[in-house]
Amino acid sequence: MTLLRVEGLTRRFGGVVAVDDVSFTVGAGEIVGLIGPNGAGKTTVINLLTGLLRPSSGQIEFNGARLDSLTPHRIARAGVARTYQNIRLFRGLSALDNVIVGTHLRTRASFAARLAFAPAVRREEAEARETARALLARVNLGQREAARATSLPYGEQRRLEIARALAAQPELLLLDEPAAGMNPAEMDVLIALIRSLRDEGQTILLIEHNMQVVMGVCDRIVVLNFGRKIAEGTPAEISRDKDVITAYLGEEE
Amino acid sequence: MFGESVRQLMAINALLALSIYLTLACGQLSLANAAFMGIGAYLGAVLTLNAGWPFWAVIVAAVIVPMLVAVLVGLPSLRLRGVFLAIATLGLGEVLRVVIVNLRATGGAEGISSIPVKTHDWHLALALAVALYLTWRLRGSRMGYAFEAIREDETVARTMGINTTRYKLIAFVLSAALAGLAGVLKAHLFRAITPGDYGFVQAVDILTFAVVGGSASFLGPALGAVLLTALPELLRSNVLRDVVNFEAGWQTLFLNGVILLLVILFLPNGLVSLFTRQWRRPTPLASEPATVEAT
Amino acid sequence: MPDINWSQQLLNGLFAGSAYALFAVGYTLIFGVLDILNLAHQAIYMLGAFCALVLVTGNVAGLGPLPGGMQLPFWLATLLAMLVAGLLGILLDRLAFAPLRKRPDTHFSGMISSIAVALIFEALATWLFLPQRSQFPAGTIRPGAVTLGQGALSYSRVLVIVAALVLVVLLTVLLRFTKLGKAIRAVAENPKAARLLGINVEAIYSFSFFLSSALGGAAGIFYGLAVSRLDPTMGRSVELKGLAVIILGGMGSVPGAVLGGYLLGLTEVLSVALTNTSNYRDAIAFVLLFLILVLRPSGLLGARRVREA
Repeated sequence: MTLLRVEGLTRRFGGVVAVDDVSFTVGAGEIVGLIGPNGAGKTTVINLLTGLLRPSSGQIEFNGARLDSLTPHRIARAGVARTYQNIRLFRGLSALDNVIVGTHLRTRASFAARLAFAPAVRREEAEARETARALLARVNLGQREAARATSLPYGEQRRLEIARALAAQPELLLLDEPAAGMNPAEMDVLIALIRSLRDEGQTILLIEHNMQVVMGVCDRIVVLNFGRKIAEGTPAEISRDKDVITAYLGEEE
Repeated sequence: MFGESVRQLMAINALLALSIYLTLACGQLSLANAAFMGIGAYLGAVLTLNAGWPFWAVIVAAVIVPMLVAVLVGLPSLRLRGVFLAIATLGLGEVLRVVIVNLRATGGAEGISSIPVKTHDWHLALALAVALYLTWRLRGSRMGYAFEAIREDETVARTMGINTTRYKLIAFVLSAALAGLAGVLKAHLFRAITPGDYGFVQAVDILTFAVVGGSASFLGPALGAVLLTALPELLRSNVLRDVVNFEAGWQTLFLNGVILLLVILFLPNGLVSLFTRQWRRPTPLASEPATVEAT
Repeated sequence: MPDINWSQQLLNGLFAGSAYALFAVGYTLIFGVLDILNLAHQAIYMLGAFCALVLVTGNVAGLGPLPGGMQLPFWLATLLAMLVAGLLGILLDRLAFAPLRKRPDTHFSGMISSIAVALIFEALATWLFLPQRSQFPAGTIRPGAVTLGQGALSYSRVLVIVAALVLVVLLTVLLRFTKLGKAIRAVAENPKAARLLGINVEAIYSFSFFLSSALGGAAGIFYGLAVSRLDPTMGRSVELKGLAVIILGGMGSVPGAVLGGYLLGLTEVLSVALTNTSNYRDAIAFVLLFLILVLRPSGLLGARRVREA
């Protein structure tokens, strides 16, 4: 079943076409990699998918409904959560509080009820806290609950961002270069985490530079270069694709 | 140790400080509090003097009308980020002043004097208790977390499903309610109001309470309001009179400026951070505009 | 339609517009270069005016005559007072803005610290120059008026128009055609890139404050002379209108500030003439400000900036 369908997606900035007529799909339970050299338009695609940018043209369909004219919070409510390439945790909050904010979409309690000390509110808050604790444990940050988010080492901040996104129980998780800046040990933890998410049926669109991560976890890969899709296929097919090899070698020169 | 009127003024100013705390907690630097206070004060005075409403009804009206104005003003202006919201809300205060000067019922530039004294200490205590309760229960609530998220990073908050427009408007409207309440209580306490009481100077005073006290928790602004209200009295007290001869005049202004400067430079979390060991910050005073990275 | 003396209205509008423009160019310059709102600009405006007054009269109202009883001609006093105002601007930057530059919330904390410095300046002025109204002595400038059609404008008011014209042209030439001006514009565009190009960014900040404050001081001097009124709070009313002017023109845009100044001045005068009452004149600035912020946040000429997501 197709969860996400992107059709002819285009975004221009002034005269520059950052994303040019890109189409792809992500099936439920799939892990799709979105790769390409720097400046290929990957993050722009994520910003378009989450509503931070409006497409110049094209369509985004999620669960059969159009997403491309919705505001970011409605898109999130529809079931899309994301992380950021340049980690954007809530700097002043603890690790646990960051994840609790993530449960926003899964809680209901009104402030009026809280003013009245309604038992239902207390229950819900306790549940949200437990969910957040479980997620922190899930990403191996169980011991870090009280730590200030930005005091964590880099790799842990990346995983904390994933936990925060997961707290919304999204149908589609968008990971924007989760391995960037990680050392090999941190990367192994990340790969294990993504695999365990796949085993639970979590759908993921993964933007990544690191080929070890991409090849290790993706079912399918979409390659962008200069805003255009130049290839799509299984990891094995992509690693043999001539255009892809040229694009990457071209970048290293 | 303080005279009655100083204690009453402390309570009023604490209300105002909590009013601006609500918007700061949500990352919005709004300077409209003085204007909302003015609406509450003038509406209250007119209803008491010209319409003869009972005091409780006057208070209700002076809380609700600023909230309605806040909805009307907030919907278009809360899209603005950073200092632009501050500027737009300052403009609101100036427009209000001109309107008040030109309405017949509000007594023009001379304002209204001889408002009957109707505010008693229990009114002030109750109002302050309600405001403190409201702000205390905010922390840790679903809405409180949403406020913090918006204050820290509005863009991220939106992509996490938080309806930022809605929460900013709620903060703005609740803030208007407290300011209106402070305005009506003060008008029925000190009896005279003029259009000039609710302009830039008052707006800056309110902001100063929050900044000096520290806006990371609701206790900071309340503390700031109490201290800064007491300060001129302390300086004039008999104890100090022998040491320095302070007349409330340019010295108070000078001291306010120096304290504000020292706090913003050396105690970015306000005086309250002297008493709590909080790693939770430095808290941004309000959310800075963030841009979406493009590639 | 009331019987309107159009040439008089035009002169009044030009006078008001020039005063606004002169205040606003310095205000907007700091916003353009540092992206911060300097709410102490009005205090410098006020101190500049008093400084010139002291040099002309040789007397500090709160303390007494200057030693030596020196009294300078107005033009020399103006130049010296602009210099002092400029130096005060550098002091202001060092005191209120420089220590906060690296803070994540530098825009807000900077705005608040500039309020703090404004309070301090105003308090000092109240002590030194006394709270009541002061004015330049009669004869500081030749009495008399320029006439245009049926309108007349006193020399002191014409001086505001001429000074605004001259100073704005000088500022534009400096920004457009000199090396220093190019450096300022480079820093305004992108401080990091400017630093890589070898520009001393901190020095440019200091110089921008000097320039902005010298202009602000001049605005205070000429306006104070024209309306025969100097007092420690004289900057407050112009500050908020100045904000409206620079928002109108597009924050950071010098030509925008000039355009905004004249637009506001003429609109105000026109509204008074047409409605036959000045009751709502002071609201115009803020209604305009609000509309511009909500409808076209980049201002009339400031297309470059984006201030909302």
